Amino acid sequence: MASLKDIKQKIGGVKKTSQITSAMNMVAASKLRGAQLKMESFRDYAEKFNAAMGNLSGGMQSGQFPLMDAREVKTVELIVVTSDRGLCGSFNSHIISRALKLIAEKQKEGKEVSVVCVGKKGYAKLRHGGLVRKNYSDIMAKFEMYNARTIAQEVADNFLDGQADEVFLIYPQFVSVAVHKPAVMSFLPVQPVVEAETGGEKGEESATAYSYEPGSDEIMTVLQPLYLNVMVYHAMLEAGAGEHAARMTSMDNATKACGDIVHDLTLVYNKARQGSITSELMDIVGGAEALKG
Amino acid sequence: MAEKIQLEIVTPTGPVVSEMVDIVTAPGVDGDFGVLAGHAPLLSTIRIGTLVYRNDDQSHTVMVNGGFCEVSNNKITFLVESAEQGEEIDVDRAMRAQARAEKRLAEVQRQQDNIDTVRAETALHRALARLKAGSK
Repeated sequence: MASLKDIKQKIGGVKKTSQITSAMNMVAASKLRGAQLKMESFRDYAEKFNAAMGNLSGGMQSGQFPLMDAREVKTVELIVVTSDRGLCGSFNSHIISRALKLIAEKQKEGKEVSVVCVGKKGYAKLRHGGLVRKNYSDIMAKFEMYNARTIAQEVADNFLDGQADEVFLIYPQFVSVAVHKPAVMSFLPVQPVVEAETGGEKGEESATAYSYEPGSDEIMTVLQPLYLNVMVYHAMLEAGAGEHAARMTSMDNATKACGDIVHDLTLVYNKARQGSITSELMDIVGGAEALKG
Repeated sequence: MAEKIQLEIVTPTGPVVSEMVDIVTAPGVDGDFGVLAGHAPLLSTIRIGTLVYRNDDQSHTVMVNGGFCEVSNNKITFLVESAEQGEEIDVDRAMRAQARAEKRLAEVQRQQDNIDTVRAETALHRALARLKAGSK
Protein backbone atom coordinates (compact mmCIF):
# COMPACT_ATOMS: atom_id res chain seq x y z
CA MET A 1 0.00 0.00 0.00
CA ALA A 2 1.12 3.51 -0.81
CA SER A 3 2.48 5.46 2.10
CA LEU A 4 0.41 8.07 3.88
CA LYS A 5 2.45 10.88 2.37
CA ASP A 6 1.96 9.58 -1.16
CA ILE A 7 -1.79 9.42 -0.76
CA LYS A 8 -1.90 12.90 0.69
CA GLN A 9 0.06 14.22 -2.25
CA LYS A 10 -2.22 12.48 -4.68
CA ILE A 11 -5.28 13.99 -3.01
CA GLY A 12 -3.71 17.42 -3.28
CA GLY A 13 -2.98 16.88 -6.95
CA VAL A 14 -6.48 15.76 -7.80
CA LYS A 15 -7.91 18.72 -5.94
CA LYS A 16 -5.76 21.07 -7.99
CA THR A 17 -6.93 19.39 -11.17
CA SER A 18 -10.53 19.83 -10.16
CA GLN A 19 -9.89 23.51 -9.57
CA ILE A 20 -8.64 23.81 -13.11
CA THR A 21 -11.49 21.85 -14.62
CA SER A 22 -14.11 23.79 -12.71
CA ALA A 23 -12.49 27.05 -13.82
CA MET A 24 -12.56 25.80 -17.41
CA ASN A 25 -16.18 24.90 -16.96
CA MET A 26 -17.00 28.42 -15.89
CA VAL A 27 -14.99 29.99 -18.68
CA ALA A 28 -16.73 27.76 -21.20
CA ALA A 29 -20.10 28.70 -19.73
CA SER A 30 -19.48 32.38 -20.18
CA LYS A 31 -18.04 31.91 -23.65
CA LEU A 32 -21.03 29.81 -24.55
CA ARG A 33 -23.27 32.70 -23.63
CA GLY A 34 -21.34 34.96 -25.98
CA ALA A 35 -21.43 32.41 -28.77
CA GLN A 36 -25.13 31.81 -28.35
CA LEU A 37 -25.75 35.53 -28.48
CA LYS A 38 -23.84 35.70 -31.73
CA MET A 39 -25.84 32.83 -33.08
CA GLU A 40 -29.09 34.50 -32.17
CA SER A 41 -28.14 37.82 -33.70
CA PHE A 42 -27.07 36.01 -36.83
CA ARG A 43 -30.28 34.04 -37.07
CA ASP A 44 -32.19 37.18 -38.11
CA TYR A 45 -29.83 37.77 -40.96
CA ALA A 46 -29.80 34.16 -42.06
CA GLU A 47 -33.57 33.86 -42.06
CA LYS A 48 -34.10 36.97 -44.12
CA PHE A 49 -31.33 35.90 -46.41
CA ASN A 50 -32.86 32.51 -47.01
CA ALA A 51 -36.24 34.08 -47.64
CA ALA A 52 -34.75 36.35 -50.28
CA MET A 53 -32.84 33.45 -51.82
CA GLY A 54 -36.05 31.47 -51.95
CA ASN A 55 -37.81 34.33 -53.69
CA LEU A 56 -35.11 34.64 -56.26
CA SER A 57 -34.35 31.06 -57.02
CA GLY A 58 -37.99 30.23 -57.70
CA GLY A 59 -37.71 30.81 -61.42
CA MET A 60 -34.23 29.54 -61.98
CA GLN A 61 -32.77 26.41 -63.42
CA SER A 62 -29.42 24.96 -62.59
CA GLY A 63 -26.83 25.59 -65.21
CA GLN A 64 -27.81 29.20 -65.51
CA PHE A 65 -25.03 30.24 -63.15
CA PRO A 66 -21.56 28.79 -62.86
CA LEU A 67 -21.99 28.24 -59.14
CA MET A 68 -25.15 26.22 -59.72
CA ASP A 69 -23.61 24.12 -62.41
CA ALA A 70 -24.31 20.49 -61.60
CA ARG A 71 -21.64 18.44 -63.32
CA GLU A 72 -21.03 14.77 -63.40
CA VAL A 73 -19.45 14.12 -60.02
CA LYS A 74 -15.92 12.81 -60.15
CA THR A 75 -14.32 14.75 -57.36
CA VAL A 76 -15.86 15.52 -54.03
CA GLU A 77 -14.65 18.03 -51.53
CA LEU A 78 -15.55 18.14 -47.87
CA ILE A 79 -15.33 21.15 -45.66
CA VAL A 80 -14.91 19.85 -42.16
CA VAL A 81 -15.60 22.32 -39.39
CA THR A 82 -14.17 21.44 -35.99
CA SER A 83 -12.87 23.35 -33.01
CA ASP A 84 -9.33 24.62 -32.55
CA ARG A 85 -8.95 23.28 -29.06
CA GLY A 86 -9.50 20.00 -27.40
CA LEU A 87 -10.74 19.09 -23.93
CA CYS A 88 -14.31 19.15 -25.04
CA GLY A 89 -15.27 15.51 -24.87
CA SER A 90 -16.23 13.68 -28.00
CA PHE A 91 -17.23 16.85 -29.80
CA ASN A 92 -14.53 16.75 -32.45
CA SER A 93 -14.23 13.01 -32.77
CA HIS A 94 -17.90 12.78 -33.73
CA ILE A 95 -17.36 15.19 -36.56
CA ILE A 96 -14.19 13.48 -37.67
CA SER A 97 -15.68 10.03 -37.69
CA ARG A 98 -18.65 11.33 -39.67
CA ALA A 99 -16.23 12.88 -42.13
CA LEU A 100 -14.19 9.70 -42.40
CA LYS A 101 -17.34 7.72 -43.02
CA LEU A 102 -18.37 10.05 -45.81
CA ILE A 103 -14.89 9.94 -47.29
CA ALA A 104 -14.99 6.16 -47.31
CA GLU A 105 -18.43 6.16 -48.91
CA LYS A 106 -17.41 8.53 -51.66
CA GLN A 107 -14.18 6.71 -52.32
CA LYS A 108 -16.09 3.48 -52.62
CA GLU A 109 -18.13 5.09 -55.35
CA GLY A 110 -14.88 5.74 -57.13
CA LYS A 111 -14.76 9.45 -56.53
CA GLU A 112 -11.75 11.47 -55.63
CA VAL A 113 -12.04 13.15 -52.29
CA SER A 114 -10.30 16.22 -50.99
CA VAL A 115 -10.77 17.91 -47.65
CA VAL A 116 -10.72 21.47 -46.44
CA CYS A 117 -10.26 21.70 -42.71
CA VAL A 118 -11.59 24.54 -40.66
CA GLY A 119 -10.32 24.28 -37.11
CA LYS A 120 -7.12 22.73 -35.87
CA LYS A 121 -8.50 19.53 -34.39
CA GLY A 122 -9.93 18.27 -37.62
CA TYR A 123 -6.68 18.91 -39.40
CA ALA A 124 -4.67 17.10 -36.74
CA LYS A 125 -6.68 13.94 -37.40
CA LEU A 126 -7.39 14.14 -41.07
CA ARG A 127 -3.99 15.15 -42.38
CA HIS A 128 -2.75 11.57 -42.03
CA GLY A 129 -5.00 10.54 -44.88
CA GLY A 130 -3.18 12.93 -47.18
CA LEU A 131 -6.45 14.28 -48.51
CA VAL A 132 -6.32 17.70 -46.92
CA ARG A 133 -6.10 20.36 -49.57
CA LYS A 134 -6.37 23.41 -47.40
CA ASN A 135 -6.35 24.06 -43.71
CA TYR A 136 -7.69 27.01 -41.77
CA SER A 137 -6.65 26.97 -38.15
CA ASP A 138 -6.95 29.32 -35.22
CA ILE A 139 -9.86 31.21 -36.60
CA MET A 140 -12.67 29.66 -34.62
CA ALA A 141 -12.22 31.94 -31.65
CA LYS A 142 -13.02 35.11 -33.48
CA PHE A 143 -16.16 34.50 -35.51
CA GLU A 144 -15.44 37.12 -38.08
CA MET A 145 -17.42 37.20 -41.24
CA TYR A 146 -14.35 37.81 -43.35
CA ASN A 147 -12.85 34.50 -42.24
CA ALA A 148 -15.92 32.78 -43.55
CA ARG A 149 -15.65 34.78 -46.73
CA THR A 150 -12.05 33.74 -47.35
CA ILE A 151 -12.99 30.10 -46.97
CA ALA A 152 -16.13 30.33 -49.06
CA GLN A 153 -14.32 32.16 -51.82
CA GLU A 154 -11.45 29.74 -51.92
CA VAL A 155 -13.76 26.75 -52.12
CA ALA A 156 -15.95 28.42 -54.74
CA ASP A 157 -12.91 29.23 -56.88
CA ASN A 158 -11.80 25.65 -56.62
CA PHE A 159 -15.25 24.54 -57.70
CA LEU A 160 -15.27 26.91 -60.65
CA ASP A 161 -11.85 25.68 -61.70
CA GLY A 162 -13.35 22.24 -61.98
CA GLN A 163 -11.16 20.81 -59.22
CA ALA A 164 -14.20 19.71 -57.26
CA ASP A 165 -17.56 18.82 -58.73
CA GLU A 166 -19.45 18.64 -55.50
CA VAL A 167 -18.77 20.16 -52.12
CA PHE A 168 -20.21 19.17 -48.78
CA LEU A 169 -20.04 20.97 -45.50
CA ILE A 170 -19.73 18.93 -42.33
CA TYR A 171 -20.21 20.75 -39.08
CA PRO A 172 -21.49 20.09 -35.58
CA GLN A 173 -25.07 21.21 -35.54
CA PHE A 174 -26.02 22.88 -32.30
CA VAL A 175 -29.30 21.33 -31.27
CA SER A 176 -29.16 22.26 -27.61
CA VAL A 177 -26.49 22.78 -24.99
CA ALA A 178 -26.33 19.05 -24.38
CA VAL A 179 -26.90 17.82 -27.92
CA HIS A 180 -24.90 18.55 -31.01
CA LYS A 181 -24.81 16.19 -33.88
CA PRO A 182 -22.72 16.14 -37.01
CA ALA A 183 -24.63 17.59 -39.92
CA VAL A 184 -23.78 17.17 -43.57
CA MET A 185 -24.93 19.91 -45.86
CA SER A 186 -24.59 20.16 -49.58
CA PHE A 187 -22.57 23.28 -50.29
CA LEU A 188 -21.84 23.42 -53.99
CA PRO A 189 -23.31 23.45 -56.56
CA VAL A 190 -25.76 25.90 -55.03
CA GLN A 191 -29.14 24.30 -54.67
CA PRO A 192 -32.14 26.47 -55.31
CA VAL A 193 -33.76 27.09 -51.95
CA VAL A 194 -37.02 25.23 -51.80
CA GLU A 195 -39.83 27.47 -50.68
CA ALA A 196 -41.04 25.11 -48.02
CA GLU A 197 -37.74 25.34 -46.22
CA THR A 198 -37.65 29.07 -45.95
CA GLY A 199 -40.42 29.70 -43.54
CA GLY A 200 -43.43 27.47 -43.76
CA GLU A 201 -46.28 29.93 -43.39
CA LYS A 202 -45.02 32.28 -46.00
CA GLY A 203 -46.79 30.47 -48.80
CA GLU A 204 -48.79 33.42 -50.08
CA GLU A 205 -46.34 36.13 -49.33
CA SER A 206 -43.61 34.65 -51.44
CA ALA A 207 -45.81 34.96 -54.47
CA THR A 208 -45.13 38.71 -54.44
CA ALA A 209 -43.65 39.77 -57.72
CA TYR A 210 -40.48 41.67 -57.01
CA SER A 211 -38.90 44.09 -59.33
CA TYR A 212 -35.20 43.55 -59.50
CA GLU A 213 -32.55 46.22 -59.49
CA PRO A 214 -30.41 45.75 -61.57
CA GLY A 215 -31.74 42.41 -62.91
CA SER A 216 -32.48 39.11 -61.20
CA ASP A 217 -29.46 37.51 -62.85
CA GLU A 218 -27.10 40.20 -61.65
CA ILE A 219 -28.50 39.99 -58.16
CA MET A 220 -28.09 36.26 -58.20
CA THR A 221 -24.43 36.50 -59.15
CA VAL A 222 -23.90 38.75 -56.14
CA LEU A 223 -26.12 36.76 -53.87
CA GLN A 224 -24.68 33.32 -54.49
CA PRO A 225 -21.20 33.96 -53.13
CA LEU A 226 -22.83 35.74 -50.22
CA TYR A 227 -25.01 32.71 -49.68
CA LEU A 228 -21.90 30.56 -49.43
CA ASN A 229 -20.40 32.97 -46.91
CA VAL A 230 -23.53 32.79 -44.87
CA MET A 231 -23.42 29.00 -44.88
CA VAL A 232 -19.79 28.83 -43.78
CA TYR A 233 -20.31 31.50 -41.17
CA HIS A 234 -23.34 29.70 -39.88
CA ALA A 235 -21.40 26.44 -39.59
CA MET A 236 -18.59 28.22 -37.77
CA LEU A 237 -20.99 29.82 -35.32
CA GLU A 238 -22.65 26.51 -34.60
CA ALA A 239 -19.30 24.84 -34.14
CA GLY A 240 -18.19 27.62 -31.82
CA ALA A 241 -21.25 27.42 -29.63
CA GLY A 242 -21.16 23.63 -29.68
CA GLU A 243 -17.51 23.56 -28.70
CA HIS A 244 -18.11 25.65 -25.60
CA ALA A 245 -21.20 23.69 -24.68
CA ALA A 246 -19.31 20.42 -25.08
CA ARG A 247 -16.40 21.72 -23.05
CA MET A 248 -18.76 22.87 -20.34
CA THR A 249 -20.32 19.43 -20.01
CA SER A 250 -17.08 17.53 -20.20
CA MET A 251 -15.37 19.80 -17.69
CA ASP A 252 -18.34 19.45 -15.39
CA ASN A 253 -17.99 15.68 -15.65
CA ALA A 254 -14.27 15.97 -14.99
CA THR A 255 -14.86 18.07 -11.90
CA LYS A 256 -17.35 15.52 -10.62
CA ALA A 257 -14.94 12.68 -11.33
CA CYS A 258 -12.24 14.56 -9.41
CA GLY A 259 -14.61 14.82 -6.46
CA ASP A 260 -15.21 11.08 -6.57
CA ILE A 261 -11.51 10.33 -6.70
CA VAL A 262 -10.80 12.65 -3.79
CA HIS A 263 -13.54 10.92 -1.83
CA ASP A 264 -12.13 7.46 -2.54
CA LEU A 265 -8.58 8.54 -1.83
CA THR A 266 -9.62 10.11 1.46
CA LEU A 267 -11.15 6.80 2.47
CA VAL A 268 -7.94 5.00 1.60
CA TYR A 269 -5.95 7.65 3.44
CA ASN A 270 -8.05 7.37 6.57
CA LYS A 271 -7.84 3.61 6.52
CA ALA A 272 -4.10 3.73 6.16
CA ARG A 273 -3.84 6.26 8.97
CA GLN A 274 -6.03 4.12 11.20
CA GLY A 275 -3.95 1.11 10.29
CA SER A 276 -0.69 2.80 11.21
CA ILE A 277 -2.13 4.02 14.53
CA THR A 278 -3.33 0.52 15.34
CA SER A 279 0.02 -1.02 14.54
CA GLU A 280 1.80 1.62 16.65
CA LEU A 281 -0.55 0.86 19.53
CA MET A 282 0.16 -2.83 19.14
CA ASP A 283 3.85 -2.06 19.34
CA ILE A 284 3.45 -0.04 22.53
CA VAL A 285 1.16 -2.60 24.12
CA GLY A 286 3.52 -5.37 23.09
CA GLY A 287 6.46 -3.44 24.55
CA ALA A 288 4.62 -2.84 27.82
CA GLU A 289 3.72 -6.51 28.09
CA ALA A 290 7.34 -7.44 27.54
CA LEU A 291 8.51 -5.08 30.30
CA LYS A 292 5.93 -6.51 32.73
CA GLY A 293 7.05 -9.99 32.10
CA MET B 1 -46.05 63.55 -41.07
CA ALA B 2 -47.24 61.37 -43.84
CA GLU B 3 -47.06 57.63 -43.90
CA LYS B 4 -43.84 56.00 -42.82
CA ILE B 5 -41.94 52.94 -43.84
CA GLN B 6 -40.29 50.42 -41.55
CA LEU B 7 -36.53 50.43 -41.98
CA GLU B 8 -34.42 47.49 -40.86
CA ILE B 9 -30.70 47.22 -41.26
CA VAL B 10 -29.53 43.73 -40.38
CA THR B 11 -25.93 42.52 -40.26
CA PRO B 12 -24.56 39.10 -39.32
CA THR B 13 -23.74 40.52 -35.89
CA GLY B 14 -27.23 41.76 -35.26
CA PRO B 15 -29.70 44.46 -36.21
CA VAL B 16 -28.28 47.97 -36.45
CA VAL B 17 -31.33 50.09 -37.17
CA SER B 18 -34.99 49.25 -36.76
CA GLU B 19 -37.42 52.15 -36.90
CA MET B 20 -40.20 53.87 -38.78
CA VAL B 21 -38.84 56.48 -41.13
CA ASP B 22 -40.08 58.92 -43.77
CA ILE B 23 -37.62 58.21 -46.54
CA VAL B 24 -34.62 56.01 -47.20
CA THR B 25 -31.99 56.80 -49.79
CA ALA B 26 -29.94 53.71 -50.53
CA PRO B 27 -26.72 53.21 -52.48
CA GLY B 28 -27.76 50.76 -55.19
CA VAL B 29 -25.20 49.21 -57.47
CA ASP B 30 -26.51 51.25 -60.40
CA GLY B 31 -26.90 54.46 -58.44
CA ASP B 32 -28.70 55.73 -55.39
CA PHE B 33 -32.42 55.31 -55.11
CA GLY B 34 -35.01 56.59 -52.68
CA VAL B 35 -37.72 54.54 -51.06
CA LEU B 36 -40.89 56.02 -49.57
CA ALA B 37 -43.79 54.40 -47.81
CA GLY B 38 -45.83 52.06 -49.99
CA HIS B 39 -43.01 51.25 -52.38
CA ALA B 40 -43.55 48.32 -54.73
CA PRO B 41 -41.72 45.08 -53.86
CA LEU B 42 -38.10 45.34 -54.87
CA LEU B 43 -34.86 43.44 -54.53
CA SER B 44 -31.68 45.34 -55.13
CA THR B 45 -27.99 44.89 -54.54
CA ILE B 46 -26.21 47.47 -52.45
CA ARG B 47 -22.72 48.73 -52.98
CA ILE B 48 -20.38 50.03 -50.33
CA GLY B 49 -21.67 53.49 -49.60
CA THR B 50 -23.81 55.63 -47.41
CA LEU B 51 -27.45 55.17 -46.71
CA VAL B 52 -29.46 58.18 -45.59
CA TYR B 53 -32.78 57.99 -43.84
CA ARG B 54 -34.92 60.83 -42.64
CA ASN B 55 -37.29 60.75 -39.76
CA ASP B 56 -39.23 63.84 -38.64
CA ASP B 57 -36.83 66.18 -40.40
CA GLN B 58 -33.87 64.55 -38.76
CA SER B 59 -31.57 62.91 -41.19
CA HIS B 60 -29.26 60.05 -40.26
CA THR B 61 -26.42 58.58 -42.23
CA VAL B 62 -25.28 54.98 -42.05
CA MET B 63 -22.30 53.50 -43.78
CA VAL B 64 -23.20 50.15 -45.31
CA ASN B 65 -20.70 47.60 -46.45
CA GLY B 66 -22.28 45.93 -49.43
CA GLY B 67 -25.12 43.45 -49.56
CA PHE B 68 -28.67 43.70 -50.77
CA CYS B 69 -32.00 45.09 -49.74
CA GLU B 70 -35.56 43.95 -50.00
CA VAL B 71 -38.69 46.05 -50.04
CA SER B 72 -42.03 44.44 -49.35
CA ASN B 73 -45.14 45.13 -47.30
CA ASN B 74 -44.09 48.67 -46.49
CA LYS B 75 -40.88 47.45 -45.00
CA ILE B 76 -37.36 47.90 -46.28
CA THR B 77 -34.78 45.42 -45.08
CA PHE B 78 -31.08 45.84 -45.69
CA LEU B 79 -28.95 42.74 -45.40
CA VAL B 80 -25.40 44.00 -45.35
CA GLU B 81 -22.10 42.64 -44.18
CA SER B 82 -21.61 45.49 -41.78
CA ALA B 83 -23.17 48.85 -41.05
CA GLU B 84 -21.98 51.78 -38.98
CA GLN B 85 -24.04 54.67 -37.72
CA GLY B 86 -22.64 58.01 -38.85
CA GLU B 87 -22.21 59.25 -35.28
CA GLU B 88 -20.10 56.24 -34.36
CA ILE B 89 -17.57 56.59 -37.12
CA ASP B 90 -14.06 57.63 -36.25
CA VAL B 91 -13.40 60.27 -38.89
CA ASP B 92 -9.68 60.52 -38.23
CA ARG B 93 -9.27 56.83 -38.66
CA ALA B 94 -11.26 56.85 -41.88
CA MET B 95 -9.08 59.66 -43.20
CA ARG B 96 -5.96 57.71 -42.43
CA ALA B 97 -7.49 54.67 -44.10
CA GLN B 98 -8.29 56.75 -47.16
CA ALA B 99 -4.71 57.99 -47.41
CA ARG B 100 -3.42 54.46 -46.99
CA ALA B 101 -5.80 53.07 -49.59
CA GLU B 102 -4.89 55.75 -52.11
CA LYS B 103 -1.21 55.11 -51.68
CA ARG B 104 -1.79 51.41 -51.99
CA LEU B 105 -3.88 51.86 -55.08
CA ALA B 106 -1.22 53.93 -56.79
CA GLU B 107 1.31 51.27 -55.93
CA VAL B 108 -0.62 48.28 -57.19
CA GLN B 109 -1.69 50.06 -60.35
CA ARG B 110 1.92 50.48 -61.20
CA GLN B 111 2.47 46.78 -60.71
CA GLN B 112 -0.76 45.94 -62.53
CA ASP B 113 -1.84 43.44 -59.96
CA ASN B 114 -5.54 42.93 -60.56
CA ILE B 115 -6.50 41.25 -57.33
CA ASP B 116 -4.72 43.80 -55.21
CA THR B 117 -6.23 46.61 -57.24
CA VAL B 118 -9.70 45.37 -56.48
CA ARG B 119 -8.81 45.04 -52.85
CA ALA B 120 -7.33 48.52 -52.64
CA GLU B 121 -10.29 49.99 -54.46
CA THR B 122 -12.69 48.35 -52.06
CA ALA B 123 -10.72 49.69 -49.14
CA LEU B 124 -10.84 53.15 -50.67
CA HIS B 125 -14.59 52.93 -51.24
CA ARG B 126 -15.05 51.89 -47.66
CA ALA B 127 -12.94 54.74 -46.35
CA LEU B 128 -14.75 57.29 -48.50
CA ALA B 129 -18.16 56.00 -47.48
CA ARG B 130 -17.14 56.16 -43.84
CA LEU B 131 -15.91 59.70 -44.26
CA LYS B 132 -19.10 60.74 -45.95
CA ALA B 133 -21.24 59.15 -43.27
CA GLY B 134 -19.09 60.34 -40.43
CA SER B 135 -18.65 63.96 -41.39
CA LYS B 136 -22.35 64.69 -41.73
